[in-house]
Amino acid sequence: MMHLFWLMAKRDIKISWHGGSTSSMVVAFFIIVVTLFPLGVGPEQNMLARISIGVIWVAALLSCLLSLDRIFQADYEDGTLDQYALGPLSLEMVVIAKALAHWVTTSLPLILISPLLGILMNMDDRAFLPLIYAMLAGSPALSLIGTIGASLTVSLKRGGVLLSLLILPLYVPVLIFGVMSVEASVMGTGGNAPLLILGAITLFSLAITPWAAAAAVRLALD
Amino acid sequence: MSTIKEFSATNLCVDRGDRPVFKGLSFELPAGRLLKLIGPNGSGKSTLLKTLAGLIEAKDGDILVDGTSLIAEDHIAECITYLGHKNALKREFTVYENIEFWANFWGRSDKIDQSIQDMGIGYLRDTPVRFLSSGQTRRTALARTLCHNATIWLFDEPTVGLDDQGLDLLAKTMQRHLEKGGMIICATHVPLGVPDHFTKTLNLADFSIPMSELEEQWL
Repeated sequence: MMHLFWLMAKRDIKISWHGGSTSSMVVAFFIIVVTLFPLGVGPEQNMLARISIGVIWVAALLSCLLSLDRIFQADYEDGTLDQYALGPLSLEMVVIAKALAHWVTTSLPLILISPLLGILMNMDDRAFLPLIYAMLAGSPALSLIGTIGASLTVSLKRGGVLLSLLILPLYVPVLIFGVMSVEASVMGTGGNAPLLILGAITLFSLAITPWAAAAAVRLALD
Repeated sequence: MSTIKEFSATNLCVDRGDRPVFKGLSFELPAGRLLKLIGPNGSGKSTLLKTLAGLIEAKDGDILVDGTSLIAEDHIAECITYLGHKNALKREFTVYENIEFWANFWGRSDKIDQSIQDMGIGYLRDTPVRFLSSGQTRRTALARTLCHNATIWLFDEPTVGLDDQGLDLLAKTMQRHLEKGGMIICATHVPLGVPDHFTKTLNLADFSIPMSELEEQWL
């Protein structure tokens, strides 16, 4: 069973590299959004340093949102999802494989590029490592919660906007504790507690996503 | 391929949304026979195939393989392969990559070459699916459907887009499967080219809901 899981995850990752790679577009969007802030609020260095962590997190959430509708849409339209539903792997596992592929193709590139944007925003030196840790702990939750949203809107023709409305409020806890964790590390007040809460959010979404998203996909296939 | 003696359905009723599509539908399909589903557009051929495959839940009735209910067994579909209107092929990948994925998915990577040959698409092996014509795409979809352990094949208008040679190859492949004791249920509007003594016909119009009854619902 496990090799089917990897087979599907690998296939999704490969598809996102074909024809106008999703990853590069998401990363480009991420960079552009962050670059807009210095242009909008002015090049004053202290101001940029103060808002840098929040801006990077918000931009990461928005970029993550951008590729969510790809998780199920193409598979639903070409009938692949029907075959998955009939296959030997339970839909719950299919959903996790898809969320994993989304994390690898979207969240991981965002994490890798975020230090560069930190420099651009004049972020405090002490914030770089904590930012990466916080994103590593929190980003799986973004992909997992996003998968639920994608499964709920899969049968709608233009579900993109609705998807954003559904999912963004659910991203708020990740944003709050993500920013809190990095800022606490910088100020030396201990960023571990918020980091652990981020981990808890990820684990919680890992526990509910398979059931919720699989149920939604079943409804969509009916 | 496991041996199954009989595939049958009893008193099937299926709704789509709130609208009943057919009711009281029963059939028995012995090994080595093809059940041809005919009926006007909207009579529920595709719905019946999806229900048999396990994609749609029947409101009432049962689907039996050798007397064992599929619905009660949570619809374990190892003995069924299904080809719907949608081809389940990725435009980005080549013909071979597409078929290979599904063959691995169903654990029958040994059948890849055979099925490619059966559908006569060997010369397209390394062509990405986005460059194929609709007939070539349909052949590729048929080939990936065949990379499966199933005894029961469910085909929803498999002939769409196929040329004469394609129809002929499909007929021969189906006949070989029937001769080995397999079963096929196929919705179609055109002759399939399989000899008559293999074929049973089911007209979905016989089980549709009469217009008067539908109108009553609206009143």
